[in-house]
Amino acid sequence: MCETCGCTITPANAHLVKADGKLEHTSDGKASIEVLTGLLHENDHQAGHNREHFHRHGVLAINLMSSPGSGKTALLEATIDAIGDELSIAVVEGDLETENDADRIRAHGVPAVQITTGQACHLDAHMVHDALHELDLDGIDILFIENVGNLVCPASFDLGHHINVTLLSVTEGDDKPAKYPVMFRAADLMLLTKSDLLDVLDDFDTAKAERHLRELANPADVLTLSARRPDSLAAWLDWLRRAVAEHRSGREMHPSVQPDGPALHTQG
Amino acid sequence: MTQVRKVAAENDAKSVTLIRLLVGGLSGVEPPLLARAFEIARAGTVAENAELEIEEGPVVVKCKECGASSAVPVNRLICQYCGEWRVSVTEGEELLLLSVEIET
Repeated sequence: MCETCGCTITPANAHLVKADGKLEHTSDGKASIEVLTGLLHENDHQAGHNREHFHRHGVLAINLMSSPGSGKTALLEATIDAIGDELSIAVVEGDLETENDADRIRAHGVPAVQITTGQACHLDAHMVHDALHELDLDGIDILFIENVGNLVCPASFDLGHHINVTLLSVTEGDDKPAKYPVMFRAADLMLLTKSDLLDVLDDFDTAKAERHLRELANPADVLTLSARRPDSLAAWLDWLRRAVAEHRSGREMHPSVQPDGPALHTQG
Repeated sequence: MTQVRKVAAENDAKSVTLIRLLVGGLSGVEPPLLARAFEIARAGTVAENAELEIEEGPVVVKCKECGASSAVPVNRLICQYCGEWRVSVTEGEELLLLSVEIET
């Protein structure tokens, strides 16, 4: 979607709406009405509200996405333990059922709201909005939104967050970015997790995982870490500190998928 | 369907006969699955008898090095001319309701 005005007209599809474009024609006396709105318009609209809400409270919102079991909650636990005194953290947890992950986070002294999606395989902007009503964001530096474990649908829904962090655990296979391109293209940071297992795995090549990410035209940083090895978290924690500082400096932040959108729009 | 109903209502449509969508390769939506879901979604609405036409958009990248545009597979977004991965995606992310055809 165009980030300038929220419309979905880009140079790629502008020909459709221009005079003599194919949508100009009507057939058989029936009226053809041009619409050209994004099918996710309603979600995007709500996401905009969420983003404003985060802005008012000065909160940096990070969307964590990965397969189930790649260590999102474990990473959050380790992160809270490592940096919780320095930065104030809150968490929104997404799962189909159970309060388990929110309980795990609360045990580390951090406020957490659990969203149970029932049958839904992803969080959307409306669910996150409802969860925000249960959280006091005053004084919070980072809100982590732990999406439902799924490498497909979560990538398609803007939640109003600022950054996408995508986890890939080393037990999964280094070609995951090639298999799930929409998800990994959306990553602003890719974390290769469970690195303590690399010693016993002979089939995961971290350089290959990064190469597959580049083949999605994604310049995102790639960090290798293990939630079980606190010393391996240093680069991730620094990355978080930098992101918070950047956010505090007032720079507008947005997931970087289609960063060229506004530029294309003005050229078009 | 909310958008279709709205367009139909705004234009005093008796019925919707055709709904046209543009779905790009990187949109995260599979046209055949969407078409099947549409069969259920249209039931009991003003678009009950509407046809769904899905235009599948290609994925096109523009190279930041050599400037060439090329159509590429969804999981290999690199310039087909010079092999560069620093490219911008110019087509492929669309998930658009293009038009609605109605009878009044």
